[in-house]
Amino acid sequence: MQSVNPVSRDPAPSRLRYRMQRWMLTPGIRLGLRVGMPLALVVAAAGSYLADADRRGALVQQAVDLRESLEQRPEFLVGVMAIDGASADLSDAIRAAVPLDFPISSFDLDLESIRSAIAVLDPVKSVSVRIRPGGVLQVDVAERQPVVVWRTRDGIRILDESGARIYQIEDRKSRPDLPLIAGDGAQFAVAEALELFAAAAPLKERLRGLVRIGERRWDVVLTRDQRILLPPDDPVRALERVIALSEAQDMLERDVAVVDMRLAERPTLRMTPDAVQNWWRIRDIKESGQ
Amino acid sequence: MADFYHTQRAMRQMRQQAMQRGVVAILDVGSSKTACLVLRFDGIGRLSEDNSIGSLAGQSGFRVIGAATTRSRGVQFGEITAMQETERAIRTAVQAAQKMADIRVDHVIACFSGANPRSYGLDAQIELEGQVVTEHEVARVLASCDVPDYGAGREVLHAQPVNFALDNRSGLSDPRGQLGQDLSVDMHMLTVDAVAVQNLVHCVKRCDLELAGIASSSYASGISALVEDEQELGAACVDLGGGSTGVSIFMKKHMIFADCVRMGGDHVTADISMGLAIPTANAERIKTFYGGVHATGMDDREMIEIGGDTGDYEHDRRRVSRAELIGIMRPRVEEILEEVRARLDAAGFEHLPSQQIVLTGGGSQIPGLDGLASRILGQQVRLGRPLRVHGLPQAATGPGFASAVGLSLFAAHPQDEWWDFEIPVDRYPARSFKRAVKWFRDNW
Repeated sequence: MQSVNPVSRDPAPSRLRYRMQRWMLTPGIRLGLRVGMPLALVVAAAGSYLADADRRGALVQQAVDLRESLEQRPEFLVGVMAIDGASADLSDAIRAAVPLDFPISSFDLDLESIRSAIAVLDPVKSVSVRIRPGGVLQVDVAERQPVVVWRTRDGIRILDESGARIYQIEDRKSRPDLPLIAGDGAQFAVAEALELFAAAAPLKERLRGLVRIGERRWDVVLTRDQRILLPPDDPVRALERVIALSEAQDMLERDVAVVDMRLAERPTLRMTPDAVQNWWRIRDIKESGQ
Repeated sequence: MADFYHTQRAMRQMRQQAMQRGVVAILDVGSSKTACLVLRFDGIGRLSEDNSIGSLAGQSGFRVIGAATTRSRGVQFGEITAMQETERAIRTAVQAAQKMADIRVDHVIACFSGANPRSYGLDAQIELEGQVVTEHEVARVLASCDVPDYGAGREVLHAQPVNFALDNRSGLSDPRGQLGQDLSVDMHMLTVDAVAVQNLVHCVKRCDLELAGIASSSYASGISALVEDEQELGAACVDLGGGSTGVSIFMKKHMIFADCVRMGGDHVTADISMGLAIPTANAERIKTFYGGVHATGMDDREMIEIGGDTGDYEHDRRRVSRAELIGIMRPRVEEILEEVRARLDAAGFEHLPSQQIVLTGGGSQIPGLDGLASRILGQQVRLGRPLRVHGLPQAATGPGFASAVGLSLFAAHPQDEWWDFEIPVDRYPARSFKRAVKWFRDNW
């Protein structure tokens, strides 16, 4: 039996220390101590701090304040709105459509909604909105160009080349420089109408306008209520034929009411009732003279 | 017979688990030191890109990642005599090795030297059921070896088939798959005192470790100290330890005999201590610094301070010549070697084709031992150091670590033993069938 209390120092670890060391060498325990325990401490500290509703509120308030102070810095403030490419009327309309009270933080500006609000305005063809350095809300607008006047029962409208409505006018005479079209569905064939107007340049003095008939073909209306009925297919060619006839034989100068070109192989003329009466009378004289 | 079969099988399973985990500890419980190595198994890796360094005789599958040695306590003649002390020593060594390896070790393979090992040669012959030798046939022939009555209180430590013969062809190392009629086997069985094994198992259990294998240290040091051709051609390994001297004879890469002499370096120290009347610690110190077995004229003039701690100046200042020290050591070393010679003669070592004897163990570091040994044991004596294994620290490459290194090799590539084969069903004791029937009756 060994002595109970050995005099010399025992190099052997006690059972507890031995087990402890083995325990600490276990990979799971080591990972737990290295990662799990700091994590648990942090979570516990954060949890105990946030357990109080007032502290939580204060923390949220602080975050909100910080955000606001950042947003209200002069670097992010937008002072004016610059509109390029728009007429004065359109500019006013845009300013009315986008009511902003400047200065405003650029974080509060929703550029996409501003853009869509401007894009729904009739005279606007396309628009891009951006914030320019220097605190300027830059709005670049491409305006629709008025090309024709469209008269309907509801009123008189100005259309661009794609047939989109630009604005409404009270009186045809306010835009005498633009050609006139009329009829249901005329706005869908503005391009064709423009071609016809170009072809009808020789008749410029007498041309009153175009009328869309049945949403498929055009009538050219001239002064003295003369009409040229064009076919739905290739109306420009038909019109050119009429103009050629007219120039050769002064057809349109005569007392003709309607030139019907709807059937290309059988152009038809309708004379005015007076002309018919005259013609009949002249024929009678000739027959009686025989 | 079935008991040790099952315990050894359980240890093999434990070893499999340790291999899967990849870490196993090697524990050499000796009389003078307890060594612990921590091995990491990470597959066979090549050491160099261009394959210029090979697989190092197959032991490159592991790497030593922790090593620690401590003074043994409570172990005499390689047997545990004071459990608490031994447990503390194991704890110290395992803790230090774990600390160096920085990993927790749960499985341990242990070896010890003493416990009166006794070798038996068994043989058996059976007629094959089919034409082909299958694993089942091998198990059957191993099971049909008639086991001698090795006495109560003994336990089988190793039971290795060393030779198979199929019909008239002998010297087969692995007969599986071959065709024949009669299969016979020669088996080497090593038994030790059961108490010593139980004590060791208990100590290891007390340290919260699982025993994954147990081996005789003479076998382990033979594995590491003998080179491959010596193991093949036949050689004896003499492991001069602290409390006991292990002897093992190898032939055709199998151990065919093991024994141990219950004398070792501690007895030399005790002789010096008694002869010079000095403390054991001093005796150990002057033995390791000035010890030898051949006295020369120079040794008469070399005076050694032997010290003492009595407080008496005259007594503490005594000096002896180195020749006197050698005069004390030599008779004891001669006695040990003569005892070894007797064991080798008893085993019939002189009939072996090769008479190579390899001295290893801590005691083999005595200067001049090879000359003395060649005079007693025969001409072909050399000093052996353990094989170099991967990652072994310099401090653990001495011959004293032969059994620890050998145990590492044993752990990495254990030899097939009897319990690696399934026991044939008809050999199961009837008791287990009765138990199974009883279980069915109880539960259904």
